[in-house]
Amino acid sequence: MATSSRLDAKIPQGSLESKWSKYRSSVPLVNPANKRNLEIIVVGTGLAGASAAATLAELGYSVKAFCFQDSPRRAHSIAAQGGINAAKNYQNDGDSVYRLFYDTIKGGDYRAREANVHRLAEVSGNIIDQCVAAGVPFAREYGGLLSNRSFGGTQVQRTFYAAGQTGQQLLLGAYSGLQRQVGMGTVKMYNRHEMLDIVNIDGKCRGIIARNLITGELERHGGHAVLLCTGGYGNVFYLSTNAMGSNVTAAWKAHKRGAFFGNPCFTQIHPTCIPVSGEHQSKLTLMSESLRNDGRIWVPKAKNDTRPGNEIPENERDYYLERRYPAFGNLVPRDIASRAAKERCDAGYGVGSSKLAVYLDFAAAVERYGRGEASKNNIHNASDADITAWGKAVVKEKYGNLFDMYKQITGEDPYEVPMRIYPAVHYTMGGLWVDYNLMTTVPGLYALGEANFSDHGANRLGASALMQGLADGYFVIPYTIGAYLASEIRTGKISTDHEAFVKTEQEVRERIEKLISIQGKTSPELFHRRLGKIMWDKCGMARNEQGLKEAIVEIRALRKEFWSDVKVMGTASYFNPELDKANRVADFIELGELMCLDALTREESCGGHFREEHQTEEGEALRDDENFMFVSAWENKGTEEWELHKEDLIYENIKIAQRSYK
Amino acid sequence: MEGNMSLSLKVWRQSNKDTAGGFENYKLDHVSPDMSFLEMFDVLNEQLIEEGKEPVSFDHDCREGICGACSMYINGRPHGPLRGVTTCQLHMRSFNDGDTIVVEPWRAAAFPVIKDLVVDRDAFDRVISAGGFVSVNTGNAQDANSLPIPKVAADDAFAAAACIGCGACVAACKNASAMLFVSAKISQLALLPQGQAERSIRAEKMVAQMDAEGFGACTNTGACSAECPKEISLENIARMNREYIGAKFSSSAV
Repeated sequence: MATSSRLDAKIPQGSLESKWSKYRSSVPLVNPANKRNLEIIVVGTGLAGASAAATLAELGYSVKAFCFQDSPRRAHSIAAQGGINAAKNYQNDGDSVYRLFYDTIKGGDYRAREANVHRLAEVSGNIIDQCVAAGVPFAREYGGLLSNRSFGGTQVQRTFYAAGQTGQQLLLGAYSGLQRQVGMGTVKMYNRHEMLDIVNIDGKCRGIIARNLITGELERHGGHAVLLCTGGYGNVFYLSTNAMGSNVTAAWKAHKRGAFFGNPCFTQIHPTCIPVSGEHQSKLTLMSESLRNDGRIWVPKAKNDTRPGNEIPENERDYYLERRYPAFGNLVPRDIASRAAKERCDAGYGVGSSKLAVYLDFAAAVERYGRGEASKNNIHNASDADITAWGKAVVKEKYGNLFDMYKQITGEDPYEVPMRIYPAVHYTMGGLWVDYNLMTTVPGLYALGEANFSDHGANRLGASALMQGLADGYFVIPYTIGAYLASEIRTGKISTDHEAFVKTEQEVRERIEKLISIQGKTSPELFHRRLGKIMWDKCGMARNEQGLKEAIVEIRALRKEFWSDVKVMGTASYFNPELDKANRVADFIELGELMCLDALTREESCGGHFREEHQTEEGEALRDDENFMFVSAWENKGTEEWELHKEDLIYENIKIAQRSYK
Repeated sequence: MEGNMSLSLKVWRQSNKDTAGGFENYKLDHVSPDMSFLEMFDVLNEQLIEEGKEPVSFDHDCREGICGACSMYINGRPHGPLRGVTTCQLHMRSFNDGDTIVVEPWRAAAFPVIKDLVVDRDAFDRVISAGGFVSVNTGNAQDANSLPIPKVAADDAFAAAACIGCGACVAACKNASAMLFVSAKISQLALLPQGQAERSIRAEKMVAQMDAEGFGACTNTGACSAECPKEISLENIARMNREYIGAKFSSSAV
């Protein structure tokens, strides 16, 4: 097996530890006077986009940033709850850059690139420094120093957090930096604008076509480089923890214009989400992984036990994660925790009215913290009621907003009865294929953050998404973009009168007109729901050959039906969320087919990708390193047609092993 | 259909900021008490599409109470009857079968209506651009733990920083004042050592921009804080006034 000649990851030579520092010192630079004349388009303003736009503007580039929301501050990074990893070793518990690197590669089930992941671990500490300097109010200890907690798949405490609102605080930090540049005129911000295509001229990406969502007008924007920071595509499943507006359109348009799509089937199913309550459900809400620091996951030992959770005695409970994985217990990585929950529910031990849920229980933590408070305050004869009250107060301080959210959604009080949780689609490790510079296979077109495929392999560890988004935006792209832009200083301003802009805009316009003109019987929402059901049933937590083949047939039929029966109300000449949705659903349908094709081709189980044909006797994922230790990079060749290119993964520094958390 | 609640809805419809709007009445059956308020609107919109009518436009995104996009003025209160939640976190179990529910957009001169229940909140972004930041370019930072911050100060700053920028405070205020929003950002940075260097100029510039946007004055009625989904404290307004007056006495800028 050898890497396809179409893929050059451009990984620098040298030892793993020196690759980034050497490369950073040798990558071509652009002088300040030239930077002003180079325009960079940033699409998306989440952690990756906002940090990239602000930092590139600080460096002197001329930046245009786009978001479909009404303000850059609303990008879905804001909803990340638990934390951000960094190899600071502030807790003196043996953490190091190497250990964060190793945990991330292992957590990704050996399907990520060594060099990228090591760079991520190297810059992780700088991110925390930068965020604190920008005024991000991380949690602190009484001595005034930063507090840390644990997350799944690690045995050190390296996660920095701000209650259950870490994503919000980090995004508002990056957003304030972005707005500072907007105020200075170095970033031109386009709110309520959706990118609907990229424009390539002579094989290079030279701009985008965006739609002003208020007026419906199509706009041409030229740039010397385009950065897609547009997040993941979990909404292909209809129900996910993503925001309602999160979509694949920008990445998908880039894919259809030549950017290869990497590992599209690698989807993260998060183990701790609030279960579905009915048909009306529009999205799923996550309960942060940080809860697994203190919550214990269990199901009744008896099938169909209908007693309320808090009335089931201790010896009739099966703490199945602690039983199966004693070394990591409730803190096993997400893919493993999700599959274990599914296994128990499928076997008939699920709880709640749907039987598709397991308990996440804080009773033990309440008692432990309550006793801790009692001894801290020198009270030796505290009553059980006092201990419970003190313990609840500690739990409230740590997780109060999550408990409130749970109560609001379910109507149950998690301080009194155990939470019910079930896995849900959360994050997509797959994304546009990028090289070490974060450039896609289209020169001048980059992908950052969740939109690219590069750092998390087949499974992402908790608190690593925020780290990667900010690493890419603050500390990677500002350097690596020089490798390309240094050769663009003679290009001059990109004219949007070029025929490529005219032609691409016309194609976008025709598609919109087509969507409006069909006037069939079915709303975009109903198509989306049907797609989601196919994907969840056949390309979800467990996949098999027969199901995937069926799914491809069904998705193709759905695509045809969509383009002959979709009903889009209103017109294209004013604010029309129905049209926006139809556009996005059309792209999700095409992506769904590629995900199934990728899952079908990858005949092994790894990370979040579980093929039922490939498992150990104990039901663990069974990798096939001999035949599948590669990145799948799919090239679009036309409607329903793709060609697979492979990038071999070479591990020079890590010994490959069967992943074990037992 | 899964629910058994029937509702009468009076919903504000308006084509754009230049045309007059008005209420439309809708009947909705089979509403489940477990639906969120926005999911109830999803059902309404699917019903309207089926009837060949244009669905109601409304802002929403994360649907878990943190992005700040959703913005419905429900029965005369921003985000509806419950305290401390956004519209997306409001569930139909907070209403009764047979209720009539009136839904309007945020009403403020600084928030022009874009369509139906969608308003333009760009003014908030411009206020942040005026000074809601610490001027620190990427790469300049020292080690994060070289700057100890007392837990109490960090916690207070965090409480102010919890603002989601939804604009409920402006919608709740009879003067459409943005003092709670602006003071939350000024407080967060005034409470932290990182914010000290620009403390005075920040207060002056953000207040000047707030005034330029056309937000009203504060008369201390406290509706903003009472209706704030993140329960941002009125104390922040007091702190902002202190910061602003102090800055005015000591500074020559602006």
